[in-house]
Amino acid sequence: MNPRNVGVIENPDGYGKVGNPVCGDLMEMYIKVENDIITDIKFKTFGCGSAIATSSMVTELAIGKHVDEALKITRGDVADELDGLPPQKMHCSNLAADALHAAIEDYKKKKK
Amino acid sequence: MDSIYLDHASAMPVDPRVFEFAKKYIKDSFGNPSSLYNLGQDAKEAVDTARKKVTDLINAESEKSIIFTGSATESNNLAIRGTAYRNIKDGKEVLSSIIEHISVINPMKDLQKNGWAYNTVPVDKYGIVDLNAFKKMINKNTVVTSVMYANNEIGTIQPISEIAKIVHEKGHFLHVDATAATGRIPIDVQKDGIDLLTISSNDMYGPRGAGALYVKPGVKIQSVMLGGGQERGLRSGTENVFAIAGMGEAARIAKEEMGKESPRLQKIRDKLIQEITKIDESYLTGHPTNRLPHHASFRFSHIEGESILLNMDMYGIQIATGSACSSKTLEASHVLLAIGLKHEEAHGSMVLTMGRSNSLDQVPKIVKSVKETVERLRKLSPLVK
Repeated sequence: MNPRNVGVIENPDGYGKVGNPVCGDLMEMYIKVENDIITDIKFKTFGCGSAIATSSMVTELAIGKHVDEALKITRGDVADELDGLPPQKMHCSNLAADALHAAIEDYKKKKK
Repeated sequence: MDSIYLDHASAMPVDPRVFEFAKKYIKDSFGNPSSLYNLGQDAKEAVDTARKKVTDLINAESEKSIIFTGSATESNNLAIRGTAYRNIKDGKEVLSSIIEHISVINPMKDLQKNGWAYNTVPVDKYGIVDLNAFKKMINKNTVVTSVMYANNEIGTIQPISEIAKIVHEKGHFLHVDATAATGRIPIDVQKDGIDLLTISSNDMYGPRGAGALYVKPGVKIQSVMLGGGQERGLRSGTENVFAIAGMGEAARIAKEEMGKESPRLQKIRDKLIQEITKIDESYLTGHPTNRLPHHASFRFSHIEGESILLNMDMYGIQIATGSACSSKTLEASHVLLAIGLKHEEAHGSMVLTMGRSNSLDQVPKIVKSVKETVERLRKLSPLVK
C-alpha cells in the first residue's frame, strides 16, 4: 500500500474521470504532455486496495510513453504488472486503464 | 509488531479453558455418542452436559428444547424452513426485518420461490424495526417472523419482547437469530417470549463447527438434515462431540463472566466511539446506546472500506468492513442502505468488535491508526476537494 504518483496536476494537459462512487469506484487521472510524451501523471482514487494498486500501476506504466503507446495499455497489462488480480477485482484494472485513456482522449481533444 | 484483533464478529479464538476442557474428545474420548459401550456413552454424556449448559445460558424450559447443529447458518435454515414446512396449515407468509443476516434472508427467499409470500420490515436510521409498519405487515397467515436479537454490522439491539407480543397476537412463530448477541447480553427466551433462537459456538469463544437452535416446547418443526435421526430426529449426523462439548463450556464461561466482561468491553467501546467520531466526517452507525457492549461501527466520508481494512492491517490491527469491494457480490451492505445511507456513504464503513484480548490501553494506538489511515486515504481520494 505505497501508491506512486498520487495527487493532482494544476492545469493538466489531459484529465480523465471514470467510475462512480455509487459503485464504490472513482478514479481521476491527470497528465502533463510535451511533444506527445507523457512527462507527468498523477491520480486520485476512491476505491478498494485493487483500485488503488491498479491506478498506481497504470501511472507507472504510462509515464515517459508516447500518448499513442499509452493508449495501447490494457487492463491485462495492468493486472500482469501486479502479478495477477482475483477475478472479481479485474474490473478495477479496467477502470484504471479507462481513466488513463480518458485523460489521453481529453488531451487529444484539447490539442485540436 | 503486536497485533490488535478487533474483528471478533467474524472469528474468535477458542478460549484456552474451552480447549483444555474439550480436547480429550478429539483423540482420547473419540467415541460415537450412539455407541452403547463406555467410550460411546462418555461421548454421549459430553453432549448431554453441553446441552444443559446451553439451556442455562438462555433460560430454556428444558434440555429437550436445544438442538445442536453445525453452525448458526444451519440453525437459521432449520428454524425457517423447518418451521414453515411443518406448519404449512398456519399460512404461507413469512416476514423478516430488512437487516437480517444473509443466512436468514436466503432461506426466506427460497421459501418465496416455493410459494410463500416473503416481506421485509423496514428499520429506522438506527436500525430499530419499525413496529408500526410491522403491525400492518403481519397477519394470521404469517407462519414465521424472523428478527435478529442484535445486528452484527451496526450493533443495534432490537425490542424483542415487544416484537414477540405482536407476533403472538397477530401471527404465529417468532425466530430470533441471536448469533451477534450470544454470550454478550443476557438472553432469557421465556421472559422474551421467543419461539426459536439461534446461537453460535464460535461467537462465544467456542470451536467453529457447532451451533444450536432453541425450540420452545410445543412448537413443532421438521428436520432439514435427514439421516440417522440424531438430536431427536431433528438434525441427523454423528455429533461433533469436540465442538459441542466446547460450545457447552464456552456457554458456561460466558454466562459466569458476562456480568463483569460486558461492562469492561463497554468502556472500551465508548472510549473508541468518543475518540473516533472526533475525526472529521466520521459517524457512528447504529444506535448510540442501545447497542451491543463490544461493538463500535463507523462510516467515514470519501474513503472506501476495503482500503481502510488493508491500511489498518498494516498497523497490525484487524477490523471488518461492510464495503462492497470486500464482499463477493460487489454490492453495498444491505444493512447500511436500510438505515438510510447513500451508496457512496455505505462504502466507507469500519466495524470494530472487541473481545477478551482487548483492553483499554490499546485504545490510543487504535485511534492513532484510524486517524492516520483516514488521513492517508483522504489524500488519495478524488472526493475530497
